[in-house]
Amino acid sequence: MLSQIIEEWPRFATYYNLVFIAKAALTTLALSALGCVVGSLLGLALAVTRLTHGPALLPLRLLAIGFTELFRRVPFLVTLMLCFFAFQATGADVPLFVVAAVTVTLIAGAFLGEIVRGGLNAVHRNQWEAAAAMNFSLTETIRYVALPQAWRLILPPAFGFFVMFIKDTALASQIGVVELTFVGKVLNNKGFSAALSFGAILIVYFAISYPLARFGARLEARLASPRHRGA
Amino acid sequence: MHHLDIAGLDAHYGKMPVLSGIDLTVGRGDIIGLIGPSGSGKSTILRVLMGLLPPSGGTVKLDDEPVNHADRAALRRLRDRIAIVFQQYNLFQNMTVLENVTIAPVKIKKRPRAEVEAEARALLAKVGLGDKLARYPDELSGGQQQRVAIARALALKPEILLLDEVTAALDPELVSEVLDTIRVLAREGMTMLIVSHEMAFIREVASKVVFMADGRVVETGSPAQIFDAPQHQRTRDFVSKILRH
Ligand SMILES: Nc1ncnc2c1ncn2[C@@H]1O[C@H](COP(=O)(O)OP(=O)(O)OP(=O)(O)O)[C@@H](O)[C@H]1O
Ligand SMILES: [Mg+2]
Repeated sequence: MLSQIIEEWPRFATYYNLVFIAKAALTTLALSALGCVVGSLLGLALAVTRLTHGPALLPLRLLAIGFTELFRRVPFLVTLMLCFFAFQATGADVPLFVVAAVTVTLIAGAFLGEIVRGGLNAVHRNQWEAAAAMNFSLTETIRYVALPQAWRLILPPAFGFFVMFIKDTALASQIGVVELTFVGKVLNNKGFSAALSFGAILIVYFAISYPLARFGARLEARLASPRHRGA
Repeated sequence: MHHLDIAGLDAHYGKMPVLSGIDLTVGRGDIIGLIGPSGSGKSTILRVLMGLLPPSGGTVKLDDEPVNHADRAALRRLRDRIAIVFQQYNLFQNMTVLENVTIAPVKIKKRPRAEVEAEARALLAKVGLGDKLARYPDELSGGQQQRVAIARALALKPEILLLDEVTAALDPELVSEVLDTIRVLAREGMTMLIVSHEMAFIREVASKVVFMADGRVVETGSPAQIFDAPQHQRTRDFVSKILRH
């Protein structure tokens, strides 16, 4: 196998192919980053919505619950197809990348929403009561009291999710977004061996997710020490 | 005009009744001592007054104005005027002692930080914690946390102060310090409701004592009446039992 790869290498490592892979890597990175960043914000919004009280916001709460439950239960591929056809139905000429980006954001939002909610729920009831007694609004309580205490519960599963999520963006290849997995298939179809095509892709995936995992581990260690409470 | 007027107040935790028909009037500058066995509903009254537990019946009037517990704006106004020191202190675990005291005046009441911090330092020094400003609650003893909670409540400059078991974790010297502070505050016109198991303390500071049992007010009177000449058997039993300790 190794000899075969060495034999293929000169043909494989052309400028054209390397740019092809690099661009795909950027697409995967962009999808992952959008999913993680926008998804985190969406997840936070969902978690906060579910913490509201009173009848006025009940419709919003139900919407948040429905959203979370739906996108956590439906297979990723189905969500992708739903988005794909939903955009198509509007008749607008939306780039495939946007369809994929919206899909990953919805999915990430639903999962991260549950992670954030779990963290906030673990903050002791007496902290919420003290804040309420001093006229903190819900958002002020979350910002000043609950989130700073919940970070260390939220970050480990959130980073676990991020790392897992990078490979889930491969799904976008199903609707023809030229990201890493798509490029692996294309190279393989061009006649390069699966070992080389997908081996190269694997290395790039690793290069993206490993630093993220390391960063997550460092952040966790930092937050776990009592001197950094992130107030 | 009463500062606080509680009439026929009922409260439930789920389906379980915790307060039944509580009547209590509190004048401006009064110090009410709330006593009674564990589980009689003392903390619950304070929680209702703070708007943390909506009553299921009855009324609470503040300066003759009924408080609508379903109205957020009304609750905000209520909480602007009443502060509480919780039985479990409830200090913010992610903040230092100083931050615990300054956060609400600065972030919620939007007062200038420098002014608030100066006041907070003075308050903390007064309760003997001037050297612990940068500590976190979990690095403090129970009594120290309690004093931070007192400073935090006072920094809000409330008209009415609710104190739940405020002497329970304090050693005797500190009790007398807190007692002095409370007397000074009372002289300045602050109204206080104090829950305590410390009968000597209640006897000394309270202008009126309320004895509760099973979510009801059994007897109300001056400290002398309640401690020396209780009218009800429940009160007599409680007072004699607790005074013997
Ligand atoms: N969060 C809660 N959920 C359900 N029941 C509660 C809750 N808090 C208190 N109770 C119940 O309500 C009743 C009154 O409790 P409360 O805390 O007001 O008593 P207390 O007089 O303050 O007692 P203590 O002297 O022990 O502090 C008790 O029977 C208690 O078990
Ligand atoms: Mg209590």
